[in-house]
Amino acid sequence: MNTDDLIRGLTADLTVSRTSLERLFCYALLPGLFVALILFAAILGPRPDFVAMMGDARFMFKFVVTLSLGACSALLVWRLARPGAPTQMRAAALGLVVLVLVAGVAVELATVPRSLWAARLVGQNSVVCLLSIPLFALPILVFAILALRRGAPERPVLAGSVAGLFAGAIGAAIYAAHCPDDSPLFVACWYGLAIAGVAAVGGIAGRLSLRW
Amino acid sequence: MNKAETEWGDLMRAANRGDAAAYNRLLAELVPVLRSVARRGLVRAGLAVTDAEDIVQETLLAVHLKRQTWDETLPFTPWLRAVARNKLIDAMRRRGRRTFVPIDDFVDALASDAEEPVVVPAKLDEHLQNLPEGQRNVVTAISLNGASIREVATRLNMSEGAVRVAHHRGLAALASKFGIVRS
Repeated sequence: MNTDDLIRGLTADLTVSRTSLERLFCYALLPGLFVALILFAAILGPRPDFVAMMGDARFMFKFVVTLSLGACSALLVWRLARPGAPTQMRAAALGLVVLVLVAGVAVELATVPRSLWAARLVGQNSVVCLLSIPLFALPILVFAILALRRGAPERPVLAGSVAGLFAGAIGAAIYAAHCPDDSPLFVACWYGLAIAGVAAVGGIAGRLSLRW
Repeated sequence: MNKAETEWGDLMRAANRGDAAAYNRLLAELVPVLRSVARRGLVRAGLAVTDAEDIVQETLLAVHLKRQTWDETLPFTPWLRAVARNKLIDAMRRRGRRTFVPIDDFVDALASDAEEPVVVPAKLDEHLQNLPEGQRNVVTAISLNGASIREVATRLNMSEGAVRVAHHRGLAALASKFGIVRS
């Protein structure tokens, strides 16, 4: 088959697509999120004082950090799925979220006496945290990777890792509703570890399945 | 450069709205550029230029199957360059080269060595033979014999929708048969 034949064949295959890539990604998130929330409801459920804590700065800070991390990762990974698209601004936004977390840690260190630092850092529930976040993140990651296969990431490992960051962040936001540890010290350490683990799994998944 | 950029972008936008003539013209215009890029890459890596047409065809398939990943609000050439680079690197890796290939001289490729004789590639025919019979018949009839979807449907006693699906799946299978390298 010469190249002119191939072009004829490709032209005959031209179809108009109605759904944009971004919308497709959004649809793909729903089943993963659904499974994650079911797991959450079945295994942990929100903490008993969830509603009462809604005004608490530390409790809310967990959601601010995890949800903005999730949003920025999603925006970045959408760009990474498009060859040649600029990513610097969105990568910078992701860096900004990390700065917010660092600021939260700094405020905590400044306002809490040194003698309490260790207790805040270790918390009560670090093992549950380390297990739950990846558990809730996993279904989200699976569907995110499936959706990314429709894209064409130039750097599959990076795209997979950022998808993992996204899944980990959303998993962490879900877990935060149960988590009794509200200190930014705990969040930075244990949430950070759990999310990094999911990002690493995402990187491996990207390497295995996002080549095109 | 700018002329090609605007023109290709316009053609692709028209294609996205179903303009087959624009799409056909775009693909035809990309061929000499992709051919030149592939040749230069192969020469630079010390490989035989005879493989260039295989890389051109593989890249065209990728352009086709991944065309949705071009954001219409962004320039077209960076997208094309990234797709071409990805396919070139893949092809090099399959031939045992791991060197990174810069494609900076992307569009000046247009003028230079576009008129060299084209070696008719072997890979695509080989892959075509390995397709399931139904897909092979449809792809052959449309691509090689220039039949329309409707003609193929009548001849093979299929619905037009089924012909479309078989044709698309056949093309996607051809693209994947070029092989994904896991290193």
